[in-house]
Amino acid sequence: MASTTASRFGALGPKDLVVWFAAAAVMVVAPLVFHSGLAVTMLSQIGIAIVACLSYNMLLGQGGMLSFGHAVYSGLGSYISIHALKAIGGGTLPIPVSLVPVVGGLAGMGFAVLLGFVTTKKSGTTFAMITLGISELVGAMAFMVPEFFGGEAGIAANRVVGKPVLGISFGPQIQVYYLIAVYTLLCTAGMYAFTRTPLGRMLNAVRDNPERVEFIGYNTQRVRYFSFIIAGFFAGVSGGMYALNFEIATGEVVGAFRSGLYLFFTFLGGATFFFGPIIGAILMVVAFVLMSEMTKAWLLYLGLVFLLMVIYAPGGIASLIMMNLRMAKHGRLGGLLVWYVALALTGVVMFFGAAALIEMIYHLQFDAGLGPTLNFLGLTLDVQSVASWLGAAVVAAVGAVLFELVRRRFAARWGDAQGDIEAAARAREMA
Amino acid sequence: MSAGYAVQLKGLRKSFGKTEIIRGADLAVAPGERVAIIGPNGAGKSTLFNLISGRFGPTSGEIWLNDQRIDGLRPFEIARLGLARSFQITNIFGRLSVFENLRCGVLWSLGYKYSFWKFLAGLTDANERAEALMHRIKLDRKRDTLAMNLTYAEQRALEIGITIAGGASVVLLDEPTAGMSKSETSRFIELIREVTVGKTLLTVEHDMGVVFGLADKIAVLVYGEVIAFDTPPAVRADARVQEAYLGSVLADQQAAQAGH
Repeated sequence: MASTTASRFGALGPKDLVVWFAAAAVMVVAPLVFHSGLAVTMLSQIGIAIVACLSYNMLLGQGGMLSFGHAVYSGLGSYISIHALKAIGGGTLPIPVSLVPVVGGLAGMGFAVLLGFVTTKKSGTTFAMITLGISELVGAMAFMVPEFFGGEAGIAANRVVGKPVLGISFGPQIQVYYLIAVYTLLCTAGMYAFTRTPLGRMLNAVRDNPERVEFIGYNTQRVRYFSFIIAGFFAGVSGGMYALNFEIATGEVVGAFRSGLYLFFTFLGGATFFFGPIIGAILMVVAFVLMSEMTKAWLLYLGLVFLLMVIYAPGGIASLIMMNLRMAKHGRLGGLLVWYVALALTGVVMFFGAAALIEMIYHLQFDAGLGPTLNFLGLTLDVQSVASWLGAAVVAAVGAVLFELVRRRFAARWGDAQGDIEAAARAREMA
Repeated sequence: MSAGYAVQLKGLRKSFGKTEIIRGADLAVAPGERVAIIGPNGAGKSTLFNLISGRFGPTSGEIWLNDQRIDGLRPFEIARLGLARSFQITNIFGRLSVFENLRCGVLWSLGYKYSFWKFLAGLTDANERAEALMHRIKLDRKRDTLAMNLTYAEQRALEIGITIAGGASVVLLDEPTAGMSKSETSRFIELIREVTVGKTLLTVEHDMGVVFGLADKIAVLVYGEVIAFDTPPAVRADARVQEAYLGSVLADQQAAQAGH
């Protein structure tokens, strides 16, 4: 599913069909396996996030456009959808509730037509700056035009309107989940199809070398603009699903923080492969719902993960997976497994110590009133005792030293294996 | 009107700030001619190519392509009118495969434009043309290799491939053999000759062996003016050329040959 590899004639082979059917099956079965209220809520949010991150990656990974304002399009899609939902409830809009995401999509597309024209005039740093400006602009508007945005409180609507169709009222969360699942699958297929069209391929060319594109007959601004509009449509669909799911839109949905999240998790999942943002989207929801329950410091942990990722694996999780699959294909993964175990063990020690320190600092800052002790993974730490601080620091330091030692050996082994594979490939070419 | 020329320059001038690089260049290239543009460093050869291909707009003067005025048009507009160029510094799509690079070069000329309602896999004509081109530039064994992983000589071949992919009638090659070894160069010249049959060809070249091997006519550019434009023997004999530039080079070459 790599966006840039060329399969022989690129047609949808049996292997692709298997992947799509498997994806559909997972979506159908998931809520039957994880049937708690929380799980179904999370699955719904994952669908919404997948469409948002994939649409963001049309810009970042496929077009080389670093946008800091993608939430403008998903968020405005949410607002328009909420208004549409209210209109449906008021009897002024005669469409079924299940089409609300399409309304969101058209809204996202419309705003992309409008705002994208200016945005895509330039590429690179200028593009990034303009998206940041527009993001701030729309974010500020959310509080300046309360008639449309609802001010601080936002705008709420009820998704259970009109008569149930075939017994589906969209009252229960599970019904909303299945609607979201259908849209997620359709949008994912649509965006994957886009990567195999002339415009999709020229978007890659513009990413790699905009100057040369001009000399083979294409207007780079048009390529960026048209792609931006399509990305805006899918962002809007995700916004529409958000509106249906939460039945409210607040200023936060168009805000810079949400735009930052799209960037963050798309990058984390991997912008260079089509499926990368899907991984990122799942992590986004897991981080938000589960990690934020576990610790107050979760944003700090996320920041650390992002930092390490940018430095050590700029291709994101997807590229890590693909690199290891390549190793496995050449029979070299087995020799590396023992190193992975060593990396994991030393990494856990390092993390354990560092996390204990972080949790104690957070406890001092925010929970000092609850007494000097805190529970950390079953361990009782005392922020007033030197032993706790010293112990955590020693564990962190020892873990870090061991991890670095293992990492260096691992890097050398990895390099050797990589070198062997390439040498073999060259030898085959010569033969 | 410019009577039937493939490329015609009339009083072309280009200044960067106060410095005038091209100072009234005139040139008329007939369809199918192979022209080498030579001249000392800083004569404005690359600037001339950048003007013709639309990378820069001229300060004054006219540029005609197949009886159509093109000065002031943008690069993609000029490309659509049938002019293609290559670059001195390799300018390809690094993270796309060899095949994808060539297919990108083919798409516009077959009318696929910005379409996103057709699959690339279904574009039989584009795929066949890209495949054929890949064989012609002898990169078919590297079909799925990313362009950035090719050797230098292969990248130069791909550069030429992308240039001719759109089927342009006028082809501008900016130092196609720059940085190549002697044996690579001679093979490469053969390749250029093969793939540009029937096209109007303009090249900028430093290697005199290449110039005399490839060109029907030589244009000598000195300080932003075309001081001579004729067949190789006539240019060799031209007193102004010898004085301005070629004399020293030819003298060196003759001395070298005498030494053999």
